[in-house]
Amino acid sequence: MLKSKTFVKKTRSGGVLKIVREHYLRDDIWCGSEVCKECKDEAPVLQEHACIESDLCSYPHYLIPDTNVLLHQIDILVDPLIRNVIILQTVLQEVRHRSAPVYKRIKDAIHEKEKHFYTFTNEHHRETFIEREQGESANDRNDRAIRVAAKWYTDHLAKKTNGGSLKVVLLTDDRANKEKAEQDGLIVYRCEEYIKSLIGNPELMDRLALQPDDQNEITGSKLLFPEHLPLSRIQSGIKNGMFLQGTFHANRDNYLEGKVFINREGEEINEVLLQGLQNLNRAVHQDVVAVELFPKERWVAPSSVVLQDDSPNDEDADEDETENNLKGVPSDSSVLKPTGRVVGVIKRNWRPFCGMLSQSMIKEATRHLFTPADRRIPRIRIETRQAANLVGQRIMVAIDGWPKNSRYPNGHFVKNLGSAGDKETETEVLLLEHDVPHQPFSQAVLSFLPQMPWSITEEDLKVRADLRHLCVCSVDPPGCTDIDDTLHCRELENGNLEVGVHIADVSHFIRPGNALDQEAASRGTTVYLCGKRIDMVPELLSSNLCSLRSNVERLAFSCIWEMNHNAEIIKAHFTKSIINSKASLTYAEAQMRIDDTTMNDDITKSLRGLNRLAKILKSRRIAKGALTLSSPEVRFHIDSETHDPIDMQSKELKETNSMVEEFMLLANISVAQKIYDEFSECALLRKHPSPPPSNYDILIKAAKSRDLNILTDSAKALADSLNNATVENFPYFNTLLRILATRCMMQAVYFCSGMDSDFHHYGLASPIYTHFTSPIRRYADIIVHRLLAVAINADSTYPDLMDKHKQTALCNNLNYRHKMAQYAQRASVAFHTQLFFKNKGIINEEGFILFVRKNAIIILIPKFGLEGAVFFDHKDRPSPRLSFDSEGPTLKVEEHTFRMFDKVKVTISLDASNIQHQRIRMALVEPGFITQQLGK
Amino acid sequence: MAGLELLSDQGYRLDGRRACELRKVQARTSVFAQADGSAYLEQGNTKALAVVYGPHETRGSRSKSLHDRAVINCQYSMATFSTAERKRRPHGDRKSSEMSLHLKQTFEAAVLTELYPRSQIDIYVKILQADGGNYSACVNAATLALVDAGIPMRDYVCACTAGFVEDTPLADLCHAEESGGGTSLALALLPRSGNIALLQMDARLHQDHLDALIEAAMTACKGVSKVLDGVVRQHLEEVSVLTRD
Repeated sequence: MLKSKTFVKKTRSGGVLKIVREHYLRDDIWCGSEVCKECKDEAPVLQEHACIESDLCSYPHYLIPDTNVLLHQIDILVDPLIRNVIILQTVLQEVRHRSAPVYKRIKDAIHEKEKHFYTFTNEHHRETFIEREQGESANDRNDRAIRVAAKWYTDHLAKKTNGGSLKVVLLTDDRANKEKAEQDGLIVYRCEEYIKSLIGNPELMDRLALQPDDQNEITGSKLLFPEHLPLSRIQSGIKNGMFLQGTFHANRDNYLEGKVFINREGEEINEVLLQGLQNLNRAVHQDVVAVELFPKERWVAPSSVVLQDDSPNDEDADEDETENNLKGVPSDSSVLKPTGRVVGVIKRNWRPFCGMLSQSMIKEATRHLFTPADRRIPRIRIETRQAANLVGQRIMVAIDGWPKNSRYPNGHFVKNLGSAGDKETETEVLLLEHDVPHQPFSQAVLSFLPQMPWSITEEDLKVRADLRHLCVCSVDPPGCTDIDDTLHCRELENGNLEVGVHIADVSHFIRPGNALDQEAASRGTTVYLCGKRIDMVPELLSSNLCSLRSNVERLAFSCIWEMNHNAEIIKAHFTKSIINSKASLTYAEAQMRIDDTTMNDDITKSLRGLNRLAKILKSRRIAKGALTLSSPEVRFHIDSETHDPIDMQSKELKETNSMVEEFMLLANISVAQKIYDEFSECALLRKHPSPPPSNYDILIKAAKSRDLNILTDSAKALADSLNNATVENFPYFNTLLRILATRCMMQAVYFCSGMDSDFHHYGLASPIYTHFTSPIRRYADIIVHRLLAVAINADSTYPDLMDKHKQTALCNNLNYRHKMAQYAQRASVAFHTQLFFKNKGIINEEGFILFVRKNAIIILIPKFGLEGAVFFDHKDRPSPRLSFDSEGPTLKVEEHTFRMFDKVKVTISLDASNIQHQRIRMALVEPGFITQQLGK
Repeated sequence: MAGLELLSDQGYRLDGRRACELRKVQARTSVFAQADGSAYLEQGNTKALAVVYGPHETRGSRSKSLHDRAVINCQYSMATFSTAERKRRPHGDRKSSEMSLHLKQTFEAAVLTELYPRSQIDIYVKILQADGGNYSACVNAATLALVDAGIPMRDYVCACTAGFVEDTPLADLCHAEESGGGTSLALALLPRSGNIALLQMDARLHQDHLDALIEAAMTACKGVSKVLDGVVRQHLEEVSVLTRD
C-alpha cells in the first residue's frame, strides 16, 4: 500500500519548501516473537517465556517504553536484568533526533543477543501506521502511534496464544498518555512504578533518573537561575549576532568562573568570561552554549582566586556573599576580558562522571551530594538508599537534568567502582575519566585471533622474503614484552652496508573490517600506565605472535636500505618477510656489547655498525634543524609483591636509545615518502605544525634572565641557540631550557594527505613523516602497513582505506585517543608519585624554579621528575608582601627575589586532607628565611 | 541532528522499501494523438512524459543527416513545477544538455537506426515531477514512446539507478537518497541480451563494490523491463479489441 507523506520544511537560506515523500506500508513486518507462528520471522528475537519477576506483572510480558522513558532511563534499560523489550521505530527515530549518545547505547543494546531487544518497524506496518490528524501536534501523533502499536501487539499476541498469558506492558511517564492508553485497554505503568515492583533488584531503583514531576518536591519553588531561552530564539539570536555560540569550559580552580570559547571564524572575540552562578546559568563543562555579551563597562579581568565549592549544606543557600568577593578586582583596561552570561544551552555534553559521595548530614536522608573527581564538574544531587555503603567508595553518576530552581544538577547512581585510594579503583577511575576503553576483549574480537598452535605456512614462505639467516636483534627497555621492531646491519660484497629495520607484521593478523580490527581502531593505541598496560590488540598478538622475540620465527615487514659508509641511502626496498631474531637486548645490554672490545660476534658487530651509522644520521638530522627536546620522565621501581612503588628515578638515556630511534625515524620517513608517492590522496601521515611565535615568549624571557639569546625564527635557529645556551657551573640549565622549549611546542597529529597541504614535521625537521614502526601499540601504524603492502603489491586494498573522509574520521579518533592516553599516563604517574611519597614520608630535595607565577613558584625536582607549586599566600594566614614583575619574570617575596632557574630546596610531603584530590605539597626549606617569616 | 538514516538496521529504507525493491512503476502509452508515439510514466513520485516524432526527413541543414543511418535527436527538459523550488530555466542549462546527450547515446545503441538512412527520429522527454532517478524515468518513458511509434529496436531499453549505503546496494533511489551523499549509478540495460547501453557514475566508489552495485542495478532494470512489457502488451490488447470492432 502506498501513502504519500507531505510536509513543509524550511531551507537554510530561509525559503519554505514543500517536501513530498513516498511512504510504503508493508504486510511483511513480523512481530518478532517466538510464540507467533503466523509471522514468518526466521530468527525471532523475543522469547516465549519472557519473565522479569515483578509484583505488578506476574505473567510473562514484553515491555514497550515510550520515547521519554528510553531517553531518561537508558541506564536501567541497558541493565542485563531487563530483557524482551520492543523498541518501536517511532521511539527510535525520536531518540535519534534528540540524543546521539542514548541512540548509540540503545542500538548497542539491540545488537546484544542476550538482551532480546526487538525493533518493530511500526511506521511501515500496514496496521500500525497512522496519519497525523488535523490539529494534532507531532508529539501527540507519535504518542498515539506508540499506543496503536502497543494495542496491535496486545491483540496480535492474544490471538496467537489464544488469549493466553503473554502480554505487553507499555511504560510511559506521561500522565495524559497513560490515561489514554488505559482507555484503550492497554496495560500501562509508569517507569518508576514498574521498576519498584521488580523483585530482588532494589539497586535498580537508584539508577532511576529523576523526573521533572518529582523535582518540584525536592526544592522549594524559589527560582535560582534565569530561564534558558528556547532553541528557536537562540538560533535567531546567533544569526543576528545578539548571542555567541561556543563551548563552555569551567575553571578548574574557581567554581564560580568559566570561559566560553567561541569557535566561529572571523569573530573578534574568541573567549568570553563568565562569572557567578547566575551568569553561568547551569552550564556544565563541555556543554555547547549560547552567551550574551555584557557591555564594555562590565568587562573584568579574570580573578586569580581559588574557590572550591565545599559548603556542606546541600540546600540552596544564598551564595551572594562569595559572589561579591569576586568583584572589585583592580581593573587595568588592558587585561579586561569580555564577559557575558549564558542564555541557553544548545547541546549538553554530559557523560557519566566518576567521583565520591558526600553523605548528607541527616542520617536517614536519601538525597546526597556527589562530588565528581573532575573539579570542573559541579556537585550532583543523587537519591540513594545505600549511601552508607557508598561512603568512601568511588562511584559513577549520570546527570539527569538541572532545573532552574535547584542549586545543583540532579542525577542518579550508575555504578560502584570500588573503595577510594585503592590502586585498582583509582586506575579504573583514571581510565574512565580519560575515556580509555579498557574492558576485556569481547568474544567476537577474540574469535578473529589465529588458531594456536600457530606456525608459518608454506604460503607465507612463498610470498615472503626469507630473512631468517640474517643476524637480527631487538633493543628495547627492560621488561618489554611487545617487541615490534628489530634491526640488522651487515657488510655487502661491494663494500656497502645493508641496514634492515624489521617491524612486526600486525596487519597480517588483523584483517580490515573484522571485529578485531574495529576494536583496535577504536582503542587507537596501547596505554602504558605505571605497572599496567592496556593493550590495543589481544595479548596473544601483542606479546606472542606479533612480538619479535628472540629465537622464534616471526612474520615481519622489512624496510631494507643499502647505504654507503657515510650513511647515504643508495637503495631502499620494502618487503614482507620472515625473520628469526637472534637476541632481545635491553638498551643497557646493547650498550655493554658495543663498549666491550672483547666481544666480536655477529650481533655485536651488527650493533656497532648500526651505532656508527646512527651517529652520522643524527648529526645530519640536527644540522637540518631537528630539535632535541627534553621532558622529565620517571621510572618507578615497583615492589613485585605489593605492586607499590619503592623507588623512583628519572629515566636515563643511553647511546643505544638514540641508535634505535634514529633508524625508526629513517624507516618512518622512507615509508611516508613511499605511501605518499603511491597514494597522494589517502596516505596517513603525521605532521607537527610550527608553533606561533608568541608561544616562545616565555622561553625567550627565561633565557634573557641569564643574558642568553634564543632565536626562534626557524627550527634550525632554535636548535642552534639551544645548543649554545649554557651557563657555567650550571649543567642542568640547558636541560631546563629544553623542558621549557618542549612546552612551547604544538601537538603532532595524524592526518590524511588528501585533506591537508601542510605536511611538515617541525620537531624532526622532515618534510614528510608517518608512523610505521610500532603497529602492536599504535593503530596508525597498521593503516600505514596496509598502505605500504598495497604499494608493494603484497596485499589488496579495501574501500575504507581509499576513502579520505573515512580516514580523516579515523585520524580524529586516533589523535583523540593519543591525547587521552597521554593524560591518563600522566595521571597514573601522579598517582604513583603520591603512593611513593605516602610510603616515604617527608623528604627534602633540591629543585629548580621552572616558572614564576603571581602568587607561587613552580618547582621542578630533577631527581623525581616531579613538578609542584609553592604558594606564598594561605587562606588562614596573612600573605607576605608579594610583588610580581611579568617582564623578568620575577617574584619578590618580602626581601627575596625569585628568578626563573634559581636553585631551591624544598620539603615534599603528601597532602591527604582531601581524599579525592590528594596531592604533593611542597614547602621551601632554602632560602630558609622565607619559611621563618611565613611561620610567624 | 545527524543526517537521514538511509537504511535502518532492520533493512528498511526511508520510504519503507527494502534494499532491492523498486518504487511503484506505472505507465501508459499513446497519451497524445498528434505525435507518432508517446508515453507517460511514473516511477514513484518521478513523473515523465515522452513524445516521439519520426522517422522523418532531416529538418534544418542537410549536412547533419547521415547516409547510412538515422540521426537521433533528443531533448530533455524539466517542468518549472517539477522540483520543490520553482525552476528558473526549464531547459537548455548544462545539466539538461548533458542529460539530452546521455539519452541520445542510449537510444543510438538500441534503435535500429541503419534501417532509416538520411532520416531523423526526435525524442522529447519532459520531467513533470522530479523525485530522483530522472534519467531512468526518461529512458523508460522514451522506450515506451518509441514502441508506441513503431520504431524497431533491438530490445526494450530499461534504466534504473542504484546507490550504495552502508555496504549495501540500494535499487532505484528516491531524491532523499540521491542527495544523501552516497554514490549513485545510473544504468541502461537491454535486458534480453544483457548488454549495457549506458552506465554512468559520478562519485567515487571502491572497485570491490562496483560489481555488486552493477549487479543490483541490472536486477532492478530487469524488474522494470517486466513492467514495461506488461504495459505494452496490455496496450496492444486494448488496441486490438478496438480495431476488431
